[in-house]
Amino acid sequence: MSASNNFSDLKYKKFVRRNIVNKIALVLSVAAMAFGLFWLIWILYETLVLGLGGLSIATLVEDTPNPGEQGGGLANAIFGSLLMVSIATLIGTPIGIMAGIYLCEYNPKGKISIITRFVNDILLSAPSIVIGLFVYNMMLLAHFKAFSGWAGSIALSLIVIPVVIRTTENMLSLVPPGLREAAYALGTPKWRVIVSITLRSAQAGVVTGVLLAVARISGETAPLLLTALSNQFWSTDLNSPMASLPVTIFKFAMSPHENWQQLAWAGVFLITVAVLGLNILARSITSHKS
Amino acid sequence: MSISSSFQPETSLGSAISNTSKNGSMESPPPRNTPVLGTLFDKLFGLLAFLSVCFTLTVLFGILVSLIIGAWPAIDEYGLGFLTSTLWDPVKQEFGGLVMIYGTIATSLIALLIAVPVSFGIAIFLTELSPNWLKRPLGTAIELLAAIPSIVYGMWGLLVFSPILSAYVQLPLQKLFKGVPFISPLLSGPPVGIGILSAGVILAIMIIPFISSVIRDVFEVTPPLLKESAYGLGSTTWEVVIKVVLPYTKAGVVGGIILGLGRALGETMAVTFVIGNINQLSSMSLFAAANSITSVLASEFAEASDGLHKASLIYLGLVLFFITFVVLSLSKVMLAQLRKGEGTKS
Repeated sequence: MSASNNFSDLKYKKFVRRNIVNKIALVLSVAAMAFGLFWLIWILYETLVLGLGGLSIATLVEDTPNPGEQGGGLANAIFGSLLMVSIATLIGTPIGIMAGIYLCEYNPKGKISIITRFVNDILLSAPSIVIGLFVYNMMLLAHFKAFSGWAGSIALSLIVIPVVIRTTENMLSLVPPGLREAAYALGTPKWRVIVSITLRSAQAGVVTGVLLAVARISGETAPLLLTALSNQFWSTDLNSPMASLPVTIFKFAMSPHENWQQLAWAGVFLITVAVLGLNILARSITSHKS
Repeated sequence: MSISSSFQPETSLGSAISNTSKNGSMESPPPRNTPVLGTLFDKLFGLLAFLSVCFTLTVLFGILVSLIIGAWPAIDEYGLGFLTSTLWDPVKQEFGGLVMIYGTIATSLIALLIAVPVSFGIAIFLTELSPNWLKRPLGTAIELLAAIPSIVYGMWGLLVFSPILSAYVQLPLQKLFKGVPFISPLLSGPPVGIGILSAGVILAIMIIPFISSVIRDVFEVTPPLLKESAYGLGSTTWEVVIKVVLPYTKAGVVGGIILGLGRALGETMAVTFVIGNINQLSSMSLFAAANSITSVLASEFAEASDGLHKASLIYLGLVLFFITFVVLSLSKVMLAQLRKGEGTKS
């Protein structure tokens, strides 16, 4: 009798121990979640407080000041960023969408598509500074000016392409085959089927991909450091070095001048708002659809 | 996968249809020139799509070739000895990359050490614990961490985080482990909050969203039947995760971790802000300022003189590209393995 008592006692102890281990693990998992959220909230809070402190109308309309000078703004940097991001998106989006179409509609199982998917995933996570180095080298080899707005735009477009390829392919493969077959049955040529049927029904997803790509390159700094460099003055000449918001923030934040640091915080605030805004917009487009 | 594979025959079907309409043997529809134009356009469209794919492939190849060409003077001069030399002196034109390679690897490993358990916890929370209505907002919040530009992390890290790290973590740690062998040399040096440790911590925050979202996704791949059977036998949540979900998804989990490593290795701006940009390897201290491949590229490249200095920097870029290429390929292979196993097991 005592033996069986001992046995159930042991069993009970093991049960209690398992439960305690479980509780500890689950508490730690909640703590991990809190840990992640803690950084997000802290970073956003500091950006908001310090960024709004440095923000004024002058930030948006005046050019970057000289070291030690009072006042000034970020107008030329904001303009440079907008210009280079727009050109990069205009170059990268069509190439990305067409490549995504090829992968999904023309040759989904071919060798070249399998290799391309692999390469694309590598490019998607490749260090952006290496992309900058690549464009710098290409510009030198082609005897163009190494540091220019064009170089910066091209570097950014190379970051757009893999993001767009990935989302386009994923979204196109979600389109039900019946839609395509119905269109083919009506005698529609393939390009027409792709443009008016498949791409059309995957529209929301593709737009999301483009928006995410724009969000990503808006904050990209490293490739611009090696390509577009920076420019202290208002410049619309894409053949010369061009200021951009991220590079200007980098330069100003590392400096000891109080005014520059304030402007850098204002720039950080603008970039964060823009990037997070684009991200949330992109997500809301797809969630509405589904 | 299965959906797209069923499209295969359409190519022939589509062309067959346009062929018959070209012949136009039926009476009623008036002859139009669209079929001819259509096939021409079709070819053009297909060609454009194909060229876009070729372009993407060329980019990767081009990166490799252009980096080798750019780095050639340095490769020619130093060979592989570049990787083991700690000398970096732009004035004397002598270059070696070990200091930066060490910095890159050390910061990434610290980042993994912190990020892996945390991401694991987040994934467990999101898949097993969280009430359904919280899953989406919390998942999005963690993913937003990945959306914050690295320059923001950098500036925040330098001006907000590092003073706090210095005062509340580094100083107490130094006091606590004073005189303890092995540990105290790791914590020596002025605790200014800038250096390998702070770079590692910030990298950890940046890669948590990547790792946790991959782990969460592969956890969700586990067939509910398996989990429910384990629960039915009286397993606790923790036991289900460790003994059922994890063995089923381990290739994917490792793939996610390696993906995070790849991200950490290539991260530039955040590291450049907080690592201190000093070329030294004499102190093994985690508190000491150092340099990484990416930070030296970001801070020296634009001002570097043409010739050996620039070539050496590009050589470092080539090394970085090679490491990340290997790491990312490994992660792809691991993740693909899980996907292959999925079909046979479920």
